[in-house]
Amino acid sequence: MAQHGSTHGSHSGHGGGHGSLKEYVIGFALSIILTIIPLLVVMNGWLHGTAAIIVLLGTAALQFAVQLLFFMHLREEKGPRYNLMTLILGLIVVITVVIGSLWIMANNPMY
Amino acid sequence: MLDKIKEFASWFFVTGDPLIYGADIAIALTTAAIIFVLTYFKKWKWLWREWLTTVDHKRVGIMYIIASLLMLFRGGVDALLMRTQLAFPDMQFLSPEHYNQVFTTHGVIMILFMAMPLMFGLFNIAVPLQIGARDVAFPFLNSLSFWLFFMGAMLFNMSFVIGGSADAGWLSYPPLSEMTGSPGVGQDFYIWGIQISGIGSLMTGINFIVTIVKMRAPGMTWSKIPMFTWSVLSSCITIIIAFPVLTVTLALLFLDRYLGAHFFTMDGGGNAMMYVNLIWMWGHPEVYIVVLPAFGIYSEIVSTFSKKRLFGYGSMVFAMMSISLMSYFTWLHHFFTMGSGANVNTFFAITTMIIAIPTGVKIFNWLFTMYRGRLTFSTPMLWSIAFIPCFVVGGMTGVMLSVAPADFQFHNSYFLIAHFHQVLIGGVAFGYFAGLYYWWPKMFGFKLNETLGKWAFWIWNIGFYVCFMPQYFVGLDGMTRRVSTYSWDTGWWGLNFTSTIGGFLMGIGFLFQVWQIAHSIKFMEKDTTGDPWNGRTLEWSIPSPAPLYNFATTPQVTERDDWWEEKERIAAGKAPKPQPVLEPIHMPKNSAIPFIQSVCWFAVGFGLVFHWLWIAIPGLLGVGITMLAHSFNYDTDYYIPVDEIIRTEEAARRSV
Repeated sequence: MAQHGSTHGSHSGHGGGHGSLKEYVIGFALSIILTIIPLLVVMNGWLHGTAAIIVLLGTAALQFAVQLLFFMHLREEKGPRYNLMTLILGLIVVITVVIGSLWIMANNPMY
Repeated sequence: MLDKIKEFASWFFVTGDPLIYGADIAIALTTAAIIFVLTYFKKWKWLWREWLTTVDHKRVGIMYIIASLLMLFRGGVDALLMRTQLAFPDMQFLSPEHYNQVFTTHGVIMILFMAMPLMFGLFNIAVPLQIGARDVAFPFLNSLSFWLFFMGAMLFNMSFVIGGSADAGWLSYPPLSEMTGSPGVGQDFYIWGIQISGIGSLMTGINFIVTIVKMRAPGMTWSKIPMFTWSVLSSCITIIIAFPVLTVTLALLFLDRYLGAHFFTMDGGGNAMMYVNLIWMWGHPEVYIVVLPAFGIYSEIVSTFSKKRLFGYGSMVFAMMSISLMSYFTWLHHFFTMGSGANVNTFFAITTMIIAIPTGVKIFNWLFTMYRGRLTFSTPMLWSIAFIPCFVVGGMTGVMLSVAPADFQFHNSYFLIAHFHQVLIGGVAFGYFAGLYYWWPKMFGFKLNETLGKWAFWIWNIGFYVCFMPQYFVGLDGMTRRVSTYSWDTGWWGLNFTSTIGGFLMGIGFLFQVWQIAHSIKFMEKDTTGDPWNGRTLEWSIPSPAPLYNFATTPQVTERDDWWEEKERIAAGKAPKPQPVLEPIHMPKNSAIPFIQSVCWFAVGFGLVFHWLWIAIPGLLGVGITMLAHSFNYDTDYYIPVDEIIRTEEAARRSV
């Protein structure tokens, strides 16, 4: 019952660790770089049109991967594959939100 | 100077309506009475120590339930105000502006500040007890969730007397909810009230998923989890996929209003339709979020009061989990008439019809559970039985609405109003009432009076049908929702008047429930057994009310409906399960931080509503400081020694 009622969480109950300081710093740096790149590209007008969109989407996808790997500890799972299951659910939801909205709006004669 | 104050006050406070002045006086008197009683009986310390700072899931649950019943009263009064206004053609009871505010407030309160907290209250009361746990996974977070909800609800309710209420409908579509349509502060109260309580809802969702996944008693495998707990899991999964959408959508609306962005405006490249699209991505799953736990409650009650195992456990679990996922694929059926073309409408019409299938499966599961059972008609069972025909009719009209071409006729008419009230009252409210009656003895240690409960039940039910059946017809006659008045030549008077009578009957039913609670507190019928309904799941194996630590020793689960099987074993003359030796129990300490941090969030919300950064910024600082303080607080837990457990258990048994 060690994990019962403990607010700050006892580490014995979890499979795997919670990452190291180095990992967090790398993840933090990567996510900042991936934020600055699209910002510079758009603010300074380095790229336009499709090229700019591709850079934006590409850095967004990489950002997503950085979050999962460095902060959500996707690689560190043990036991039942909850991480994978939740990731798949999350992807289904994100794809539904994005594709669904685009599809609905594209068919809307008002816009 | 005096003029300036006067000018400020007339802008700050809502003025000019006798109803509002009445509310002002009522609020002032209630506040004064509460302060007086607490001071006179020297209860301030008790209130602070035992309730405001508690992290005990049972107490948090009770606070949720009290708050939600108050909100039910407030939302119910709003409903009756509307029904009074509509009782006769050309009524002059509420002005159109006031009517808009009342229906907006009614919708928001009933869904977000009544149904949600009542649901969370029942989660808190029942889930840890059902799975044999000592508390939820994150007790501190649980308390924070409650206080965030409470402060959000207070912020929203305040708009009634300060600043003015939102009046753009319960989902506040732009452009009406933009600065151009709603220049006042009401819309900002709406945004921040929901945002602050929404954080709490999301955290509760996470908390209960972790609790159910990680903290079940040893031996409780997935196929032995009680059905209510399954329903909570499915509901919480839907919470964590739906609520972020709401938060983002309202944040974008706030940016439009506060910083002049153009996400949903009519000019500057904004797209008001996008708001409708996004808000229903939360809004549709939301109705399943509130109804799934009700399905779980019915499952528990039907099986307990039929003295039979639930029919089709596996199919029930499958139905719940598939609903929780599929609820995410039907949102467009709320705006078929937006005109996205036949392909889009067909897709969402079909998904909507598909989701009716698992719901239908459940109805048969409950019916077959009752079939050849030994039924007892206590109040929880009465509400569960009444739910079935009510929900079936509501579901059928829902399938009618899902037919896209037909929806163009029904859309935004009273037909729709009747439909969703039938599923939300007949499904959700009946379910939570049933759950409240069912778990009341476990919460407070005494039963509610059955006679008064039956009166309340019958009046509520008759009132319900009298109120909402006419609305289907008046809707087919062409009456649209949100109209504050109509004329004699429409021919809607008779149906509307009948509906108003039904509304007041439901109000009387509610008064009977209040009387029932008051009466039962006075003539307390103590539950001495801990198992007043001859229950099946673990929460009935411990004394009522449950001790602080719930279970003196962690239960070892071997079967589905473990407590029932244990009773059967004992009745058959077999030895009860051996009790493990008592050990000190690890418990979380109370904390004042959730309360203080939520007050800071309230300040943030209030400051942003009025554009007063001198309140909002200190509020945000307070939030940060309390977070830091909690991060560095390592003194968060303690142990209950064995002799204290023995004393508590003996005292509980002595009252037996």
